[in-house]
Amino acid sequence: MTQQPDSSPAGQRAGIKKTLRQTGLIVVGMGAFAWALIPLYDLFCEITGLNGKTGGPYVFEEASIVPDTSRLVKVNFITNTNQGMVWDFWPEKGAVRVHPGELKEVNFYVKNTTDKVMMGQAIPSLVPVSATQFFHKTECFCFNQQILQPGEKMEMPMRFIVGRELPKNVQSINLSYALFDVTDSMTQVAASGAASGGR
Amino acid sequence: MSEVIHADHHDEHDAHDHGPEKGLARWLFTTNHKDIGTLYLWFSFLMFMVGGVMALIIRTELFEPGLQFVDPEFFNQMTTNHGLIMVFGAIMPAFVGLANWLVPMQVGAPDMALPRMNNLSFWILPFAFGIMISTLFMEGGGPNFGWTFYAPLSTTYAPDSVTFFIFAVHMMGASSIMGSINIIATILNMRAPGMTLMKMPLFIWTWLITAYLLLAVMPVLAGAVTMMLFDIHFDTSFFNAAGGGDPVMFQHIFWFFGHPEVYIMILPAFGIVSHIIPAFARKPLFGYDSMVYAVASIAFLSFIVWAHHMFTVGMPLAGQLFFMYSTMLIAVPTGVKVFNWISTMWKGSMTFETPMLFAIAFVVLFTIGGFSGLMLAITPADYQYHDTYFVVAHFHYVLVPGALFSIIAAVYFWFPKWTGRMYDEGLGKIHFWLSFIGVNITFFPQHFSGLAGMPRRIPDYALQFADFNMLSSVGAFIFGFSQVFFIFVIIHGIRSGKPATARPWEGARGLEWTLPSPAPYHSFTHPPKVTDEEAHA
Repeated sequence: MTQQPDSSPAGQRAGIKKTLRQTGLIVVGMGAFAWALIPLYDLFCEITGLNGKTGGPYVFEEASIVPDTSRLVKVNFITNTNQGMVWDFWPEKGAVRVHPGELKEVNFYVKNTTDKVMMGQAIPSLVPVSATQFFHKTECFCFNQQILQPGEKMEMPMRFIVGRELPKNVQSINLSYALFDVTDSMTQVAASGAASGGR
Repeated sequence: MSEVIHADHHDEHDAHDHGPEKGLARWLFTTNHKDIGTLYLWFSFLMFMVGGVMALIIRTELFEPGLQFVDPEFFNQMTTNHGLIMVFGAIMPAFVGLANWLVPMQVGAPDMALPRMNNLSFWILPFAFGIMISTLFMEGGGPNFGWTFYAPLSTTYAPDSVTFFIFAVHMMGASSIMGSINIIATILNMRAPGMTLMKMPLFIWTWLITAYLLLAVMPVLAGAVTMMLFDIHFDTSFFNAAGGGDPVMFQHIFWFFGHPEVYIMILPAFGIVSHIIPAFARKPLFGYDSMVYAVASIAFLSFIVWAHHMFTVGMPLAGQLFFMYSTMLIAVPTGVKVFNWISTMWKGSMTFETPMLFAIAFVVLFTIGGFSGLMLAITPADYQYHDTYFVVAHFHYVLVPGALFSIIAAVYFWFPKWTGRMYDEGLGKIHFWLSFIGVNITFFPQHFSGLAGMPRRIPDYALQFADFNMLSSVGAFIFGFSQVFFIFVIIHGIRSGKPATARPWEGARGLEWTLPSPAPYHSFTHPPKVTDEEAHA
């Protein structure tokens, strides 16, 4: 950007072309930025643990687990069905007490109360946010979808470890699952044979 | 680029300076910045009337508690379309129209840099709004999810016509982007010799910065609606939690566009007021440099405050504090501007013609809107104010007596230059006072009903809000009909106004006033010499 534009016809023409290139780049760049926001948003949430999004399957070595018996953390389980989802959905128990570093298994149950084949997907959300990064799930029904026949009931195990690095001030964790009706996308999943995307 | 018309061609034109074509073809195929400016201004006025009728339908329903005139489904379509049409159809095109008329005349250029693209960017708009308004007559109705179209309300739960809405938004965005590129190219490359950046009139400065804001955020809006389109039709899950997406992310993307957008609607207004107040105070603008820096600071800050629109979605403390303080920081450059306008008037030889009345009302009422904005910025207080009529009162104070009053002031101020005639001062003053009283009766009580807890976007309300709502509705009808009176004042002026001199306001400065009134169809085919006297208002 010059203080004073070149006012000769050729100079003006060149200047306008340059401006067009620059402004075009801004538009393309910001258009790309809008789409880049999606992975950036996920990355941001993953790093900070904001938004209560818990991560995917946790890989660990059995030997590395040493429970911190000096502490007990209460983990509360909350189950909801999203609007329009008619399945019954409940946890084996409302809360468990665990030592940080201890592997724990809790069963969840779903029942298809309709007379149709349906598919469900559970989405977790965790508070407090500061505990999100330290809540590791080794196995969870929320990693994939469930297809239930009419009236079918299913037991779904969820295994987790609360990390030993959990901040000292966190004494209880609320883990909430919202169950969504994703029957509409069932044919696709069946076709591709692989369920993905859910956490 | 083939659109580029070169100055050397104009030399041939000078010999037989042709006027406009006759008939409809003039308007369809015009590449003249004055014609396109006129088209933009009339189109925005038409949209203003359409959006205004929707506002009056809303206020009629809210005149008394209970459901009387429209059903809630239609009420939701009215609030949504009122917002969309006023933002994208009335305020923004009006400013682009003013830019088309004024930018070439104020920088001493013969026309816009890309005249054919200019024609295209206007003529997209009637189709975009035709598509959007047509959805109201479709089965299932038009957009009913609020002008902010939060997903999944606008995806999973939207009426079928939402696809038309998405394409209409794409078209509006394309129009805005092309208009902005044109304005930037004109300002950066076609200024008359002697007009350095820091000698540019403030309307030029504010529009240059606004155009960059538009370039930066319109592609983000286009991205957001495209993701909606994918979620609706192609089974993606950008905003669908069941598929791993996140509805809160929609709000982040939307407001990353949305907050700069609200400054897009106010920065050109700052420019206009910075021309009118010095003209009628008969003093140069106080603090020109600080005005430029203030506008640039506001533009920068607009990109880092978006989440103050969504304090209640659940945000960590650090985020809330950051967005609260960065939002409050905006009050500093805005305060600089307000103090500069007041200092310009201080000890000036002021007269109070209609444009000046609207400009002073702008300063006072916009400041009220700014203060309620500061109240909303306080995170803990926002939990109380969020989604209440207090928010409605706030943004109407900055948009109606803010942006809209500045547009009306600009129309009165440059009317003699555009038409070669003076409007009737008496009628103009009547228009001002009716508008001023109407706007305050309409929106001031909404502060109180909001603080008392009345939620926004509802067709029915609890009995304790009845009196304030009735008052608001009365004010809305006064304000609405005084804008019908505005069109009468304008047509009266065009038809039978007294001839105007080249410089009808004795205090007005700037290159446009060196042209005869009305401004010739082709102006500044040879660049003028910029003197310090005429450099900026």
